Amino acid sequence: MHSLDPLDLYSIADELTDEERMIRESVARFVDQKALPIIAECFDEGRFPTELIPEIADLGLLGSSLEGYGCAGLNGVSYGLICQELERGDSGLRSFVSVQSSLCMYPIHAFGSEEQKETWLPKMAAGEVIGCFGLTEPHGGSDPANMKTHARRDGEDWILNGAKMWITNGTLAQIAIVWARTEDGIQGFIVETDSRGFEARDIKAKMSLRASVTSELYFDNVRVPESNRLPKVKGLKGPLSCLNQARYGITWGPIGAAQACLDETLRYTADRELFKRPLAANQAVQLRLADMARRITAAQLISLRLGRLKDAGRMHPTQVSLAKWNNVRMALDIARECRDLLGGSGITLEYVPIRHMLNLESVITYEGTETIHQLVVGRELTGLNAF
Amino acid sequence: MKILVPIKRVVDYNVRVRVKSDGSGVETEGVKMSINPFDEIALEEALRIKEAGKAEEVIVCSIGSKDCQQQLRTGLAMGADRALHVLTDDEVQPLAAARALLKLVEKEDPKIVFLGKQAIDDDCNQTGQMLAALWQRPQATFASKVDLDGEIATVTREVDAGLETLEVDLPAVLTSDLRLNEPRFVKLPDIMKAKRKPLEEIALAELGVDAGPALETTAFEPPPKRAGGRMLESVQELVDELKNKGLL
Ligand SMILES: Cc1cc2nc3c(=O)[nH]c(=O)nc-3n(C[C@H](O)[C@H](O)[C@H](O)COP(=O)(O)OP(=O)(O)OC[C@H]3O[C@@H](n4cnc5c(N)ncnc54)[C@H](O)[C@@H]3O)c2cc1C
Ligand SMILES: Cc1cc2nc3c(=O)[nH]c(=O)nc-3n(C[C@H](O)[C@H](O)[C@H](O)COP(=O)(O)OP(=O)(O)OC[C@H]3O[C@@H](n4cnc5c(N)ncnc54)[C@H](O)[C@@H]3O)c2cc1C
Repeated sequence: MHSLDPLDLYSIADELTDEERMIRESVARFVDQKALPIIAECFDEGRFPTELIPEIADLGLLGSSLEGYGCAGLNGVSYGLICQELERGDSGLRSFVSVQSSLCMYPIHAFGSEEQKETWLPKMAAGEVIGCFGLTEPHGGSDPANMKTHARRDGEDWILNGAKMWITNGTLAQIAIVWARTEDGIQGFIVETDSRGFEARDIKAKMSLRASVTSELYFDNVRVPESNRLPKVKGLKGPLSCLNQARYGITWGPIGAAQACLDETLRYTADRELFKRPLAANQAVQLRLADMARRITAAQLISLRLGRLKDAGRMHPTQVSLAKWNNVRMALDIARECRDLLGGSGITLEYVPIRHMLNLESVITYEGTETIHQLVVGRELTGLNAF
Repeated sequence: MKILVPIKRVVDYNVRVRVKSDGSGVETEGVKMSINPFDEIALEEALRIKEAGKAEEVIVCSIGSKDCQQQLRTGLAMGADRALHVLTDDEVQPLAAARALLKLVEKEDPKIVFLGKQAIDDDCNQTGQMLAALWQRPQATFASKVDLDGEIATVTREVDAGLETLEVDLPAVLTSDLRLNEPRFVKLPDIMKAKRKPLEEIALAELGVDAGPALETTAFEPPPKRAGGRMLESVQELVDELKNKGLL
């Protein structure tokens, strides 16, 4: 019998096309050579590695699944693999690409005017313009229908007032996709961050996603021209369709984080000798490692199936909810277990698990908390809304 | 000017290689395979020469099973213009590879054949040299720097005593050393474009080359396990120990 890849027990790699495999390998190599050598330090210093943006753009990772406007036009599985490899590095890197691609470029592509697409998308694909996505508000992210930020007409313009909270890339961004209540329901606006009355402040003392920028946005009578309103969508389905794209990618990301943790823990427990035998020779340790491989395998199969459904145009939001819930929970639990199996070493940034573990505390909260996704599945099963 | 870059499919350098349980070879099933890293460096250099306007076409080629086309596609995605695949399921040793490459050279008439200095699977370090002999053209191996000026290549080589600089007349065989360059990352849009670049398949037999092995491998075995270290009490004990073993 040949031996199996411990991080891919079901040879999922064989299910990929040659192009998908090459895409994964190329991103993996970028992460190994450029991100991993610096990322723990970035986490420690609480900074996003902006120096990687030009290379991320050059590789074609920004807006990779969009057609035209300087984007690569890749399929959903390829986008998933990109997320997986980036998050094997750090959730902060993957968050940056998710926000730019799925939450900012996607709505311009899907709901924007031709002029908006031509103005923004090529520059965003090139990493010259960074976007952020403002949906969540201070009073409660899980209930976006209760939105307070509002925009009212003033001649040819709109006047925007309100605040957004927990906004990834907020202080890095040149444009913010802001969702606001209007007389015609919720609408999206492209707000240029150098507009008067716009302010972004970083949220400090985060213990999670430290290699990522998280900000608060304030709008004090910000004047937005009508030409910056996204014309092709009204209502909550605008932001929710963006989230559906991003969440799909997030189902893949944590697989990478979990693989990174298991990989390091397999090596650590094989090399460490306690009680005159390798740590990995204990039943108690093997049961834990085996259980991690089982959970990673299940997550891989879920995401691959979800990706194939997406590429066939048949992905259902409830399927995304189940996958986001399962896969983030899987990775968070594995990161905590690996942290523990590394003993004292596990509390330092020399080893990856504690960084992934802390990051995943954000990933389980943003893009719909675990509970919210469970309730989505519950509603699907019962037909009863329990939110 | 054309540059021909032969690339070999090998077990990825990150993989911990395992000997098959029956000792018949190295496990390759379910193992990540890649372009031999030295060949990738050679390809990178060829692409840079082309981008500097000193070559018109970069052709990648590989000899081996159908699976080699994965590596050829990667080469195309890096920027090669087209690919030649010499198809065979037999083991290809350096001499057979050099003979097959000579046929491709006769077909394509390149000014430079740029190979890796060795393949990381068998570490033979022979194919480039053998090709130069069969082709009866100059060779400059272990290149760590290459300058082209018309019909002459100036090649710096890292040798034990320092740096050696050679001038060779083109056409010539060059082989790359590790420090020649750092290969680029493959851009995702280029991966999609590579699908549409030409890849020509030629059976090894069609070239009239006999792959029949010149060398026979009798057994594979993993290196012996390292014996555990031993703690000594004093420097004196260490010196005695080294003397006992005849190392001092
Ligand atoms: C690092 C980070 C980056 C982020 N980036 C962005 C961004 O770029 N753009 C953006 O718009 N937002 C962003 N967010 C916000 C994120 O989407 C919200 O934090 C999330 O939606 C949860 O909202 P909340 O924090 O207000 O928690 P709340 O909604 O207040 O939820 C608190 C708790 O109550 C639970 N809960 C809520 N409702 C119910 C219910 N009906 N029944 C039972 N339990 C319930 C939740 O599951 C949760 O455990 C980010 C968050 C973080 C942490
Ligand atoms: C912040 C901090 C402060 C500390 N302060 C002190 C101090 O002041 N003084 C001091 O002396 N020490 C101190 N320690 C050390 C601490 O007591 C050790 O980290 C702890 O005993 C675990 O040892 P270890 O880190 O070597 O992990 P290991 O012993 O290597 O254990 C690694 C993992 O293997 C598991 N394991 C071990 N053996 C088995 C087995 N047979 N079967 C199944 N699983 C097994 C463990 O449960 C753990 O999950 C401190 C540690 C930390 C993190």
